Amino acid sequence: MSLPSELPPRQDIGVIGWVRKNLFSTWYNIVLTLVAAYLVITSAGPLLNWVVLEATFTGESAADCSGEGACWLFIGQRLNFFIYGFYPDELQWRVDIMFGLLAVAFVPQFIERFPRRKWFGIFGLTGLPLIGYILIPGGWFGLEEVQSSLWGGLMLTLILAYVGILAALPIGIVLALGRRSDMPIIRGMCVVFIEVWRAVPLITVLFMASVMLPLFLPDGVNFEKLMRALIGITLWQSAYMAEVVRGGLQAIPKGQYEAASALGLGYWRKTGLVVLPQALTLVIPGIVNTFISLFKDTTLVLIIGLFDILGAVQSTITDPAWRNVTTEGYVFVAFCFWVFCFGMSRYSQNLERKLDTGHKS
Amino acid sequence: MNKNDMTPSHGARPKPWNNPKVRTFVFQTLALATVFWFGWTLFSNTLSNMESRGISTGFGFLDQTSGFGIIMSLIPYDSTMTYGRTFFVGLLNTLLVSAMGVVAATIIGFAVGVARLSNNWLIAKLALFYIEIIRNIPLLLQIFFWYFAVLQTLPSPRQSIDVADMFFLSNRGLYFPTADAEPGFGWVMAALVAGIAAAVFVHRWAKQRQLRTGQLFPALRVGTLLILVLPLLMFVLVGRPLVWEMPSLTGFNFTGGASIMPELAALWIALSLYTASFIAEIVRSGILAVDNGQTEAASALGLKSSFTLRLVVIPQAMRVIIPPLTSQYLNLTKNSSLATAIAYPDLVSVFMGTTLNQTGQAVEVVAITMAVYLTISLIISGLMNIYNRAVALQER
Repeated sequence: MSLPSELPPRQDIGVIGWVRKNLFSTWYNIVLTLVAAYLVITSAGPLLNWVVLEATFTGESAADCSGEGACWLFIGQRLNFFIYGFYPDELQWRVDIMFGLLAVAFVPQFIERFPRRKWFGIFGLTGLPLIGYILIPGGWFGLEEVQSSLWGGLMLTLILAYVGILAALPIGIVLALGRRSDMPIIRGMCVVFIEVWRAVPLITVLFMASVMLPLFLPDGVNFEKLMRALIGITLWQSAYMAEVVRGGLQAIPKGQYEAASALGLGYWRKTGLVVLPQALTLVIPGIVNTFISLFKDTTLVLIIGLFDILGAVQSTITDPAWRNVTTEGYVFVAFCFWVFCFGMSRYSQNLERKLDTGHKS
Repeated sequence: MNKNDMTPSHGARPKPWNNPKVRTFVFQTLALATVFWFGWTLFSNTLSNMESRGISTGFGFLDQTSGFGIIMSLIPYDSTMTYGRTFFVGLLNTLLVSAMGVVAATIIGFAVGVARLSNNWLIAKLALFYIEIIRNIPLLLQIFFWYFAVLQTLPSPRQSIDVADMFFLSNRGLYFPTADAEPGFGWVMAALVAGIAAAVFVHRWAKQRQLRTGQLFPALRVGTLLILVLPLLMFVLVGRPLVWEMPSLTGFNFTGGASIMPELAALWIALSLYTASFIAEIVRSGILAVDNGQTEAASALGLKSSFTLRLVVIPQAMRVIIPPLTSQYLNLTKNSSLATAIAYPDLVSVFMGTTLNQTGQAVEVVAITMAVYLTISLIISGLMNIYNRAVALQER
């Protein structure tokens, strides 16, 4: 004779069980939960009011922003400036094309089953910058030229970060290979280069690029401000990139090097055909992470007088026509950065999990 | 046929350009020559450019009078002093905000990191929320937010927010009372030293006794008590030799007491919160890196849970946590250079900003500033290496 099995006690299952287990398990958890819940509830109400319920979304001018809530109208009215800077209105289609191509190249990377998504990524690293180089400054094929001093906003932020990372990648690979070389002088030079750039803050590098670079160049050669900032960012970023790539090189088992040598491959073919393809795949998450931090760091260029998205917002929130829109401006920039950075960090975390082969040195 | 015919003849000797030693030599000589040539070109370009623009060279400018004021200085400074002095003012301000930031970021970071692993769902989610929001927003934006959107919109000193008539918060900063020592205060300090010495003695004695007999002694509690009670007792005995100096409103601003100016406060808050979000993740991964078997083994040995934490989990977690933690401290120090964006007088703002603008000696100023950060970084990584050697797993 068998007894029917009893159900678990009611307080251990379902919603009640979950709440008991995760919120009210001990006396101090009860206190913590109550205090935290109180704080969340009391701050959520006013926040919701400010962001949505009492905020102004539509209207014509600053006078329409009279409510207690946020004045999102301000962002709407200045959105064009925040995205394109001073780029002429009638030529903004060129920038829009680049935004579109950027999406075409990188959105498939987030979709696992997308056919041939690798080729979209390769296009993003080769064709896209080339098209951008022709399209954005103009001056080719009858395209009207747009001075780089007119570029600004989100577009400039993306250019700085993208060009910075793209130019830093090959330099970083060379430096990483140099740091692992058997030749003591080459290794020494690479170590010094990497460690010096990694030790100094980006802002000193930008200052250096803007005040010292003109002194370094021979008479008659001069770069505009954006180019100087890009050179500084690239040099600085290449040191970080080198360390990321070095991590990948170290993760390749020694057997791979030995097998390549045993097949009779010389240094360059061994590196180019066997080691680097594996190492670079391994370090994609690392590269994405460096890209995230560079993307955030590009905001520093406003200190040397370039109008990236934060610079554009910073210069308009003091506009006396609008009554105190400082917080709205910052929240808008924060939101833009957050969406990009959070998305990319999720992507790199997923990739990391997938690439983890379990045999890191 | 002879066996010797099998050995390679002299014709098969490698060509010189295939000889690794020759190649190494040639490559390195070439690289060295390129770097020297590049360096020399830069150097001669710079010299001729500076000559044509009438910029003087050398470090003589450090002895010239600066002629500008600095709103905050830890050492006596006024505008009649030299550029060399401005350098030290800036350096000390950088070190001050970095030290304050390191302390605050460590406390917040460890708290949030532990909260992230809490078995309380709400607390863990709030910690996750904090980390994911703060670390995905640029630091400069956060500094601006605290400075322009929060601290600058505080009321003026006359309407300042007043806590217990001792702390006054306004758009000029946070004013708080200071304690001035009177003659007898030396005795209190002496008592403090005595308390610390006694605590160390008790700790050693307790440890020896434990090794000898196995009996435990609450050395930590007794030691803390000694350090606290001895100075307090002496303080009362010699007649409370401390005078509080309260800030008071005179005219449009406060006098007396001490203050944290809004530039410093904004930088401090932003640096601490931002770095803390990274430290929290480091702490979390450090704790998770300690294998569950360690905790189970400790319980199997009969250690109570506070001992398991203190003697088993924390020492092993720290080995994972400390190296990335130091690099966060370094990042914080480097990030403190963003001070220049809100005019907090740190090294970059005072020296690379104002001094460079006035003297025009870009090369020297940039070189000195970079050398400072390089030195800080080398010192910290040197200490790090010593520490790593000390805590490395002693295998066999």
